[in-house]
Amino acid sequence: MWDWFHRLGSPKYFYGFAGALVPWLAGLCVILFAVGLYLGLVIAPSDYQQGDSYRIIFVHVPSAWMSMFVYVLMAIFAAIGLIWRVKLTAILATASAPIGASFTFLALATGSIWGKPMWGTWWVWDARLTSELILFFLYLGFIALQTAIPDRQTAWRAASILLLVGVVNIPIIHYSVDWWYTLHQPATITKFDTPSIHLSMLIPLLIMAVAFKVFYITVLLSRARAEILDRERKTHWVQDLVRSEQI
Amino acid sequence: MDREQSHGVFTGLLRRDLKLAVRAPSQWLNPLLFFVIAVSLFPLGIGPEPNTLREIAPGVIWVAALLAAMLAQDSLFRADFEDGSLEQILTSPHPMSMIVAAKVLAHWFITGLPVIILSPVLAVLMSLSFEGWWALLLTLLLGTPILSLLGAVGAALVVSVKRGGVLLSLLVLPLCIPVLIFATAAVKTATVGLSIEGQLSLLAALLAFTVTLSPIAISGALRATGGGG
Repeated sequence: MWDWFHRLGSPKYFYGFAGALVPWLAGLCVILFAVGLYLGLVIAPSDYQQGDSYRIIFVHVPSAWMSMFVYVLMAIFAAIGLIWRVKLTAILATASAPIGASFTFLALATGSIWGKPMWGTWWVWDARLTSELILFFLYLGFIALQTAIPDRQTAWRAASILLLVGVVNIPIIHYSVDWWYTLHQPATITKFDTPSIHLSMLIPLLIMAVAFKVFYITVLLSRARAEILDRERKTHWVQDLVRSEQI
Repeated sequence: MDREQSHGVFTGLLRRDLKLAVRAPSQWLNPLLFFVIAVSLFPLGIGPEPNTLREIAPGVIWVAALLAAMLAQDSLFRADFEDGSLEQILTSPHPMSMIVAAKVLAHWFITGLPVIILSPVLAVLMSLSFEGWWALLLTLLLGTPILSLLGAVGAALVVSVKRGGVLLSLLVLPLCIPVLIFATAAVKTATVGLSIEGQLSLLAALLAFTVTLSPIAISGALRATGGGG
């Protein structure tokens, strides 16, 4: 078991392992999305208050969940990378960053589209929206720092420290924004109460959440494979691989 | 390494950095000037109505202080990195977090403290009441060291990047949001005559938190980026 785990840490072995896994995950992802979207968009009843416009929740909420999940996962990769110097963590975190940033952007965009019919405006300085926006900035900062430092090793070590500082700060930022919002809450916005969600809506939501997770793993593995090829392009096994593909 | 020797390193480094700052005043005077000009632009842009100014004063002064702090932070490790003394410091046997604490403290003396000294002038410019100014002073006293410490993390991360100033703000500004929120809330609360103990306690807690943890992050960042110079 441990032997297998150690081998998984080597980029060469991981490349093959991920390559074998990606088609299966992609298939599972398509099935989950099909089932989740069908249940969510067709089967689930429309909301008595919001009509059909609430259905964006099946994209909005999973992407918001994923945006936080990916950042914490990247911070865990950073900690593992700093402590045990596992090469793979740099690859996985680097490959995760654009995906996490996209999830955050998706959560912000769908929230804004949802807000237009519900609140009558594209953007309100709601506590959750604001936290999400700051999370988006943190992702962009990570990507900017990593691209600014030419040496990969240095870039990754600097970026992993930034990730750890960021993950310590996220709860502080979150609660301060919450507090700020309760002080400033504008009177025009009626915060709609979320009643306990009905089972016919909850099941598609959970399926969509799993689908998003599988989607993330699929894209992460494919991106990590590309990243491995790029980083290891001077090694023999990559050159052998390229040669055998061409012939 | 005995304690006394480490203490000597701390004060020695503090004195060295302050001496360097006195000899090259532009590196800390310019951000300060930026701070004053940025604040005085707001009345020109928004209008001289004293009530409006009083309303926006805490936010404007604090945002300007935040931006000025980011401008000043860029110089924290850069000169030492370029002339190679940072590498020498990194190889020293003394605890790294103590060394960076001395550097950050020196930097706060030349960038944070002048902002606090200038605050009465700015309070007059923005027609803040006496209570508002007093709260502003207290929040700056508690808040600017946090900005210096967080900014130092960013400065250490971008030290090897040419023209890393903008990148530094990009990394550090989101992390400064809690300070901004609590500080401006305190000043606003003070202007309506309520107690600001809660906000000040939160700021003090943030300060205690950053003072203890960020030197570790700063030295980790310097080890990651500064050694290769």
